[in-house]
Amino acid sequence: MSSNRLFGPVDPATEAGYVDPPPRKGFFTDTSVCIGCKACEVACKEWNLIPDDGFDLLGSSYDNTGALGGSTWRHVAFVEQPTRRVDLGMPGMGPPEEAAVDTPVPQGPSAPPPGAGYEDVDALAAAGRMTAPLTGPGAAEEPPDFRWLMSSDVCKHCTHAACLDVCPTGALFRTEFGTVVVQDDVCNGCGYCVAACPYGVIERRKGPEGTPNVGIAQKCTLCYDRLGAGMEPACAKACPTDSIQFGDVEELRARAERRLAEVQASGEDRAQLYGHDPDDGVGGAGAFFLLLDEPEVYGLPPDPVVTTRDLPAMFNRAGLAGLALLAGAAAAFLGGRR
Amino acid sequence: MSARHAASPGRRDEGRAQPAGGGDGEYTTYYGRPVVKAPPWEVDIPAYMFAGGLAAGSSLLAAGGDLTGRPALRRAGRLTAAGALGFSMVALIHDLGRPGRFLNMLRTMKLTSPMSVGTWILSLYGGPAGLAAASEVARWAGLRRGPFRLLAALDRPAGVAAGLTAPPVAAYTAVLLADTATPSWHESYRELPFVFCGSAAAAAGGAAMILAPADQAGPARRLAVGGAVAEVAAEQRMERSMGLTAEPLHHGKAGKLMTAAKYLTAGGAALSLLAGRSRVAAVTAGAALLAGSACTRLGIFEAGIASAEDPKYTVVPQRERLRRGQPVRYEG
Repeated sequence: MSSNRLFGPVDPATEAGYVDPPPRKGFFTDTSVCIGCKACEVACKEWNLIPDDGFDLLGSSYDNTGALGGSTWRHVAFVEQPTRRVDLGMPGMGPPEEAAVDTPVPQGPSAPPPGAGYEDVDALAAAGRMTAPLTGPGAAEEPPDFRWLMSSDVCKHCTHAACLDVCPTGALFRTEFGTVVVQDDVCNGCGYCVAACPYGVIERRKGPEGTPNVGIAQKCTLCYDRLGAGMEPACAKACPTDSIQFGDVEELRARAERRLAEVQASGEDRAQLYGHDPDDGVGGAGAFFLLLDEPEVYGLPPDPVVTTRDLPAMFNRAGLAGLALLAGAAAAFLGGRR
Repeated sequence: MSARHAASPGRRDEGRAQPAGGGDGEYTTYYGRPVVKAPPWEVDIPAYMFAGGLAAGSSLLAAGGDLTGRPALRRAGRLTAAGALGFSMVALIHDLGRPGRFLNMLRTMKLTSPMSVGTWILSLYGGPAGLAAASEVARWAGLRRGPFRLLAALDRPAGVAAGLTAPPVAAYTAVLLADTATPSWHESYRELPFVFCGSAAAAAGGAAMILAPADQAGPARRLAVGGAVAEVAAEQRMERSMGLTAEPLHHGKAGKLMTAAKYLTAGGAALSLLAGRSRVAAVTAGAALLAGSACTRLGIFEAGIASAEDPKYTVVPQRERLRRGQPVRYEG
């Protein structure tokens, strides 16, 4: 076995046997600019012809999707959190601090006066607060505000993908782009990948009789068909704020580091990159994230590890146990007269 | 709002979102939802593991019985093994999302997939085990001519081959469960193979005590007692090494099954000490050991499912690693 086949940094396409593969492709999802529009969820469903999986109201903020699964390959998480306001430098968040006072908002003849129809919610004042300073005079009277954390989750396309490792049929395979894809005509629905994924991404598709690919494990393909045609995945294409960025993993990692520095400088002290490190428990993810809080807040495992890292040790223990059984049986026959 | 929990078992009170990694015993989740997904497996899988273990142990007893001149033990072992193996295959195929595609298991051989390895182990074992049972049936039916002569010639080699390929059948199912992100299965990987092999020996010994006459069942009794002791001891050790993820073994359905398994296995083992003299004791002990083995498999299965469904068992051990400053990182 060559080094790092089960754990550690490696180029997944080369490791899988591709000669001179194209650069590894992936997503950098910058959750700090996600507006929770779910265009990614819709674009993914449309492009990949994914059936619906229920229209339930879950009572979890604006998240009525719930989780990634066989028929959900992008999932936007919504977390409502009490917090201080931080200016992330997003466009369109409100008028600049001074301008809000000095310059009247230009109004066309048909434009309603400011505040019309908004008696209960003072929208302009709220917009002003978004850019209010965190400290200094006035900050003390600010009522504790809340924020929304929104994050579009997706398959991580791990360097060491447990789903792919444990698949007994070879239905899951590594593409030349370093991504992980299920061949739905090969999968026999054994469900092993479902239990193996440290992020709870892949799932056997459920649904009524007649739904395509019911009983087969399904997940994001990073739009393998679009990649082959030189196009970006449907979710990234549809994302209106470039929260979902598609590209070469190496370039995206550098971009993520720069963005993290920016966001941290703006006062987001819990901002962190998630899944970008090639030394982490899955050898680095092909799809990684900039989060504004700890991973578990978004439903992500804080320190995921590919289960097959321990597989050699598991087989060793099982070998010992098997030998013990054989020896025990032999002893049972040698140990007495009857 | 994300949920924050106190780390007492089963408590799931919702609270305002807080920074993760706060004080001791608290952890954060996303609306209390699971992080990892439980496998979509039904009772087929633990039933298969029980039957696979029973088959493996029975083939060992049959081979020993054949080599040491205990024909009734040989017969009981071979027929039990074939029956259990047949049941296993049905359970395995039934559990697939696309049962019609079960043969796709044989289109590749992957060492990184315990299910692939297990399929090949079963294929390797199934041939001789089936042949040995067929030979037993032919002998019973008095068939000795034509192709049955070949079968008779293969009788002992097939039986011995089945015995030698049997231990991997009993042991690999532990790796099958452990090689997942299911917290209570993965964390048990050091001891689970010993629990399962002990359980296989106890079940097979129990079955042979029921089926074979007492004067030939001595090895079955000894295997049953040894297996039961090994299973109970390995299980105790396993729980200590699993840390927090041992908790689901003590709660709910899994807790009841594991308690039942302990009493049935220990009781069956104790009673089998009398089984040499009393037929009633032999049958009762055998039935208790079989039931105990089935409860062990079911209990460990259910505990794993419960550990996947409660995000606590995924989040807390990982968060603890980070809190200690020991995240899992490659150190080449």
